Amino acid sequence: MGQITLEKVTKKFGNVEVIPPLDLTIHDGEFTVFVGPSGCGKSTLLRLIAGLEDMTSGTLRIDGQDATAIPPAKRGLAMVFQSYALYPHMSVRKNIAFPMRMAGVDQATQNAKIDAAAKALNLTDYLDRRPGQLSGGQRQRVAIGRAIVREPSAFLFDEPLSNLDAALRVGMRLEISELHKKLATTMVYVTHDQVEAMTMADKIVVLRAGHIEQVGSPLELYHTPRNTFVAGFIGSPKMNLIDGAEAEKHDAHTIGIRPEHIDVDAQGGPWQGKVGVAEHLGSDTFFHIHDTGLAETITVRAPGEVSFDHGDTVFLTPRDDKIHRFNAEGLRFS
Amino acid sequence: MATQHSRSAARLMMAPAVILLLGWMLVPLTMTLYFSFKKYLPLRGGDLGWVGFDNYTRFITSSAFWPSIQATLIIVGSVLAITVVLGVLLAILLDQPMWGQGVVRILVIAPFFVMPTVSALVWKNMFMDPVNGLFAHLWNAFGLTPVEWLSQASLTSIVMIVSWQWLPFATLILLTAIQSLDSEQLEAAEMDGAPPLYRFAYITLPHLARAITIVVLIQTIFLLSIFAEILVTTQGSFGTKTLTYLVYQRVLESQNVGLGSAGGVYAVILANIIALFLMRIVGKNLDA
Ligand SMILES: Nc1ncnc2c1ncn2[C@@H]1O[C@H](COP(=O)(O)OP(=O)(O)O)[C@@H](O)[C@H]1O
Ligand SMILES: [Mg+2]
Repeated sequence: MGQITLEKVTKKFGNVEVIPPLDLTIHDGEFTVFVGPSGCGKSTLLRLIAGLEDMTSGTLRIDGQDATAIPPAKRGLAMVFQSYALYPHMSVRKNIAFPMRMAGVDQATQNAKIDAAAKALNLTDYLDRRPGQLSGGQRQRVAIGRAIVREPSAFLFDEPLSNLDAALRVGMRLEISELHKKLATTMVYVTHDQVEAMTMADKIVVLRAGHIEQVGSPLELYHTPRNTFVAGFIGSPKMNLIDGAEAEKHDAHTIGIRPEHIDVDAQGGPWQGKVGVAEHLGSDTFFHIHDTGLAETITVRAPGEVSFDHGDTVFLTPRDDKIHRFNAEGLRFS
Repeated sequence: MATQHSRSAARLMMAPAVILLLGWMLVPLTMTLYFSFKKYLPLRGGDLGWVGFDNYTRFITSSAFWPSIQATLIIVGSVLAITVVLGVLLAILLDQPMWGQGVVRILVIAPFFVMPTVSALVWKNMFMDPVNGLFAHLWNAFGLTPVEWLSQASLTSIVMIVSWQWLPFATLILLTAIQSLDSEQLEAAEMDGAPPLYRFAYITLPHLARAITIVVLIQTIFLLSIFAEILVTTQGSFGTKTLTYLVYQRVLESQNVGLGSAGGVYAVILANIIALFLMRIVGKNLDA
C-alpha cells in the first residue's frame, strides 16, 4: 500500500513561498514523476513528502492516514538521494543493512534480504567494498538496495541519475523501471529531464514555480498539453510556438506544432525558410529553419535520409490536425 | 613527477629544506647525547670527564623519575580526553545555525591566542587563588570552604588550565570537519530510522575520526613538552613534576647538565614510544 495525498500543502522558506497551496494524489503502485525546470520546488515537494522539511500548512496523507506530524522514519517511505548519501565508512553490506539494524531485524533475516537485494542489483561481488571503491552506477544501486530492504510503502527518488554519464543513465533508467514493474510499489521520482519523465512515468506532474501546471500520463501531456509551458517543456525537440498573424489565421493567440508534425520539402508549402543547422541522428534529422517570418527558428524533424544543405530554401507544411491552439493566457482551447 | 629526470630534480630542490631540518634536529640531539655521557657541572668544576651510563642510571633510579612519567601521562591523557570530548560537543554546537555565530566562534578560538604563561597566571591568580579567586568566591557563596586548587588539586588544576588552552584548537579542527559532513547522509540515516544519538554514533563520529586523530597526534606532541603552565603555577610541587620539568630542574636548578641530558634522552624515548602507540591505535584513520 502506498497512496500519498497532499491537501492544500504549502511551504515557505522565510517569506518566500516556494510551494503555493497544492493538491495532489499519488495512487498506490503508480510511478509518478515530478518534472520541471531547476529551482521550481521539486526537491522541496519530495522532502515535504519524506518529512525532511516541515510543511508550512496543509495535510499529507499516506494511505488515508494523516501523516503530517509523523517523523520521517515512521512514514514507511524510503528515499534515494541525488548524492546517494551512502555511509562512506561502512561496507556495502553494512550500508544496506543499516535500516534493518535500526529496526532491530534479526541477523538471519538481514542476511537473506541483503543477499536478495544484492542479487537483484548485481552487487553480490561488491558487498565487502566501501562506497568509495565503487563506480557511480554501483553506488546508485547500493542506494537503491538500501531503500529496497526496508520494504517501504513508497520510494522517493531525487534526481537519482543526474550524476551518471549518458550511457549509464539510460541503463539505470531501465533498471529502475524494471524494479517498479517487479515490486509494484509506489514510486515518486523527481527529475528536470523530460526524457526521463516521458520514458519512466505512469503519471507526470509538471511543476513551475511550485505550481502544478498539469498532471497526466506521458501521452496525455504530449498530445494535449494544457498550456504553452507544458507544450514547450514536454517533447524533444521542443514544440514550435508561433504568435501573431499565423496564429490569428487559426483564431488563436498562439499556436503550437511539434517538429515531427511538419513536413519539409524543396517544392512548395505554406511556409518558407532557409535551412540553418541540420542535426543528423541517423534515424532522424532535425532542421533548424530560419527566416520563416513566424518565429526565430522553426524546428523540423525529418526522416534521416532527407538532406538539405545550410542556406537551402525549403518549404514547410504543418499537418493541420496536429496544431495546438492557445489563448492569450497561454491556455489550450478547443 | 613520473620521469627519472623530474624525480631527481625534485630531490635536488628538496635537499636544502631536508638538510636544514636534519641539522636543526641532529645538532641538539647529538649535543644532548654527548653531554649525557659526561659529568658536566657548569658551576662546580665544569667538564669532569666521561662517566659512561652513570647519568642514565642515576636519572632513572631517582625517586622523582617514575612519578614524573606518571604525571606526564596523566596530564597528556586527561587533556586529550577533555579536549576531544568537549571539542566534539562544542563543534556540534557551533555548527548549529544561531544568532551571533561569527562572534561566538571568534570567542571560542580566543584562548588559543593567549600565551601559556599569561593564561596560567590568569588562572592561578584570578580563578584558583584560595582567597581572592573567583572559584573561592563561588565556593564561599555556597557556604563551602574554598579549595586550595594548586596544592590540594594540583594535577587537576594543571589539566584544567592546559585543557582550556587547547580546547579551541580541537574545536576548530573538529568544526571544520563537521562542516564538511554531507547533510544528506544524516537525512538518509534519519529516514533509515536512526535516532539522533545513533546518527551521531554511526555517521558524525566516524566522519570525525580523521580529524580526531589529527587533534590527538598534534596535541600529544605539544602536551608532552608543556612547561610554562607548571613553572608559573606549582613549580613542580604537589605531584605536578612532569618529565620535561624534571629535566629542567636537573639542568638549571641542580646545575647538572649531564644528568639533565640523560633525562632529555629519556624524554625523546618516551615521546617515541607514545608516538608508536598512537600510530598503532589511530594511525589507520589517516589513510584513505
Ligand atoms: N533550505 C532552504 N532555504 C531557503 N530556500 C530554499 C531552501 N531549499 C530550497 N530553497 C529554495 O526553494 C526553491 C526550490 O528549490 P528546490 O526544491 O531545491 O528546487 P528543484 O529541486 O526543483 O531544483 C529554490 O528557489 C530554492 O532556492
Ligand atoms: Mg532538486
